[in-house]
Amino acid sequence: MSISVSNISKSYKNVQALKDVSFHVNEGELFGLIGPDGAGKTSLFRILTTLLIADSGKANVAGYDVVDDFKEIRNCVGYMPGKFSLYQDLTVEENLNFFATIFGTSIKENYHLIKDIYVQIEPFKNRRAGKLSGGMKQKLALCCALIHKPKVLFLDEPTTGVDPVSRKEFWDMLKRLQQKGISILVSTPYMDEAALCDRIAFIQNGEILEIDSPQDIVKHFPKKLYNVGADNMYKLIESLKHYEHMHSVFPFGEFVHYTDKRNDFNSIELNEYLTSKGLNQISVEVAQPTIEDTFMALAK
Amino acid sequence: MEKVIEAKSLTKSFGDFTAVNAITFHVEKGEIFGFLGANGAGKTTAMKMLIGISNPTSGEAKVAGFDVFKQRESIKNNIGYMSQKFALYDDLTVKENITFFGGIYGLSREVIKSKTQVLIKELNLEEVENQLVGSLPLGWKQKISFSVALLHNPKIVFLDEPTGGVDPITRRQFWEMIYKAANQGTTIFVTTHYMDEAEYCDRVSIMVNGKIEALDTPKNLKNSYKADSMNDVFLKLARG
Amino acid sequence: MKLFYVFIKKEFYHIIRDRRSLFILLGMPIIQILLFGFAITNEINNVNIAILDHSKDVTTQNIINKISASSYFSIKQFIERESDIEKVFKKGKIKAVLIFENDFSKKLLKNSHATVQIIADATDPNTANTISNYINAIIQSYTQELNKDVVVSYQIIPISHMVYNPELKSVFMFVPGVMTVILMLVSAMMTSISITREKELGTMEIILVSPLKPIQVIAGKVIPYVFISIINATIIILLSLFIFKMPVQGSLILLGFENVIFIVTALAFGILISTISATQQTAMMISLMGLMLPVIILSGFIFPIESMPLPLQIISNIIPAKWFIIIIKGIMLKGVGITYLWKETLVLIAMSLFFIGLSTKKYKIRLE
Repeated sequence: MSISVSNISKSYKNVQALKDVSFHVNEGELFGLIGPDGAGKTSLFRILTTLLIADSGKANVAGYDVVDDFKEIRNCVGYMPGKFSLYQDLTVEENLNFFATIFGTSIKENYHLIKDIYVQIEPFKNRRAGKLSGGMKQKLALCCALIHKPKVLFLDEPTTGVDPVSRKEFWDMLKRLQQKGISILVSTPYMDEAALCDRIAFIQNGEILEIDSPQDIVKHFPKKLYNVGADNMYKLIESLKHYEHMHSVFPFGEFVHYTDKRNDFNSIELNEYLTSKGLNQISVEVAQPTIEDTFMALAK
Repeated sequence: MEKVIEAKSLTKSFGDFTAVNAITFHVEKGEIFGFLGANGAGKTTAMKMLIGISNPTSGEAKVAGFDVFKQRESIKNNIGYMSQKFALYDDLTVKENITFFGGIYGLSREVIKSKTQVLIKELNLEEVENQLVGSLPLGWKQKISFSVALLHNPKIVFLDEPTGGVDPITRRQFWEMIYKAANQGTTIFVTTHYMDEAEYCDRVSIMVNGKIEALDTPKNLKNSYKADSMNDVFLKLARG
Repeated sequence: MKLFYVFIKKEFYHIIRDRRSLFILLGMPIIQILLFGFAITNEINNVNIAILDHSKDVTTQNIINKISASSYFSIKQFIERESDIEKVFKKGKIKAVLIFENDFSKKLLKNSHATVQIIADATDPNTANTISNYINAIIQSYTQELNKDVVVSYQIIPISHMVYNPELKSVFMFVPGVMTVILMLVSAMMTSISITREKELGTMEIILVSPLKPIQVIAGKVIPYVFISIINATIIILLSLFIFKMPVQGSLILLGFENVIFIVTALAFGILISTISATQQTAMMISLMGLMLPVIILSGFIFPIESMPLPLQIISNIIPAKWFIIIIKGIMLKGVGITYLWKETLVLIAMSLFFIGLSTKKYKIRLE
């Protein structure tokens, strides 16, 4: 096991950031922590990278205890904090060189690891990091976190604020790194990225809601889900919200995801209700719950 | 339909670099207009020109009926703006923030007072109205911030990545607020990196390298690019 | 070793690429020393005075000539009546009035003393004091001349002799003070800012997670500023030597050595500040309020320690700047060597070691 966390809790002055969190990450696994801003992801990352000490509970990374063996851990993990953390006034190459050296290695030694990523930013190697676009900064930060060939890689919200194209490229890179045997713990607020992990944990308000593979986690969705569509989205949402049997209503793309309180839901009845509210082109179909639906159902 | 934003060949250059390259489009009253693009495609620059804080290099544009070159002050009085980076003052309470932002738009004390009450009730903020904004969760802040941008009944509200990092439930509540405002006739101009949110828009434009490469309803875009989702449309376009 | 070199190189890049800070770092000492040297000064020059001469005889005329010949005073007006004195003061241009009693020569010859009254505008007490001292000095030197011609004179003339700074040049007093302030500011504020900047940027998290040892991080942060501080000290000494013609009586090597000790003390302060502040802004505020004020007020730079109330005198002992100023004044103005200054030097070294130890201990290997 490359990461094991058991019963970790952490509080700040009056906020409990983590409540009795337990999970483990297998060797070579790509594990996703999925949850919104303020869910406790960053605190968990800092505890695992030895930057914070938990109030209670135990955690191991690469076989080392996060408190007692913090020096060993610091030698064998790569960490990309949430905030953009490179030196803006140093060039791409200077940044990489610096991080390589402080981790006791050189660019040359582990070039094979970062080659795929680095070739994309190499044309700009003499540009200051502050002048790079968001996607490129991300790639550089990943190179810097990888340059010392870590056994475990911690990526705290690496794709926040990055456009979908760069995000996709970034995840392709993570997949390739995983094949090289590096275990990866990554956090993200984007539910679509969750599908790309081996296993995911939903985290909200410092608590783990569920852990499973992306394929199986949707099975935890408690109800039958329906796609409801109509010509006026606003009216549709308002009407559904006032429907007496409504259990949940969430806009989802061009449809509304709807669950009903009853077990014997009747779509014709709903159709009639919506028509009486003045809506046209009404459609009601059974839908497959997505990871996001599951998260919302569990987070409620 | 009334056009509240009209841009013709709007261009902005920095030296040899053309950040926004002759974009032409219009936005209709009450529309939810999604303004998408990769990082660095020129979205922010274009938005800055439209809200009157950056001078276009060439072209023309009217926002709420006012010229972006000559009537910038009138534009500012008729729009609301909310950005992800700056929304509210963390060290003021919810009430103080609302009062302050109402004040800078010249609302009278009575109007601010009554609007504050309505707003606090609508957002269920009764218990936290005297708490510092900094202590609230991000999603709440963004919702308050959107309401504050609507305080002075602007014709158009510009939202720059309003939901980044917000949890999925709050994100949807936020969009319900957007629908409501649009339904009442306010035009919404919004940028986002969440492609599912692009589907909520009436029309969507996608910027690539300073140009608008596609502009249509999400449905038509998906049809013409033979894609299942807006995410696929975006990937097909932006990858070039 | 390579690790160390890379870290220092990186720090130098930060310093060199931030043009504005670099200008402040190296320009500030020059501007400050020139300001203190030329603009802010206790010396008087061409002060306007008025004369009320009731005798109008040879002696008073001689004294008046002597005063007007000096570059310190220019006689703007002769008045006739006591009642005019207030009028001239009220106009504000006249800073002092000299009143010679009547029959001045006669009284001087007969009673061997005559009176000159100096009325000075004491709205600015320092200047008033200086003016009256200068006039006294001129009159005394005149009486001295008079007595030369007299065969027997037992008159005792008090002479106050200014040692070490006979020309009473205030810039000589300011150089040690300004040097102290600048070294403190550059060393403490800049290091604390450069460390907190990494906290703000988030790069500190990566540095902490790396195998770098605290002492390596601290040394890497500190050494570039040691260099810059030494350059600053050199600039200040050169400026005072060549522009203000200030002598360095003692050993330049000793001066350099003492400077390095003080710089190290200040840097240790900087690190200490950075351990308690999370943002650059707090670091700057703490440096300014917590270090600059005591350095300026309690070090003897501006206000003499001897004239402070006892509690403040005691507190002043724990301020490194106080000892440093004593040392520099000793070396530059008195020309004394280590045999006289070993005590102060030891105090400074002890303080420096204490703060290095404390800051290394307080430097956190984790966040929070």
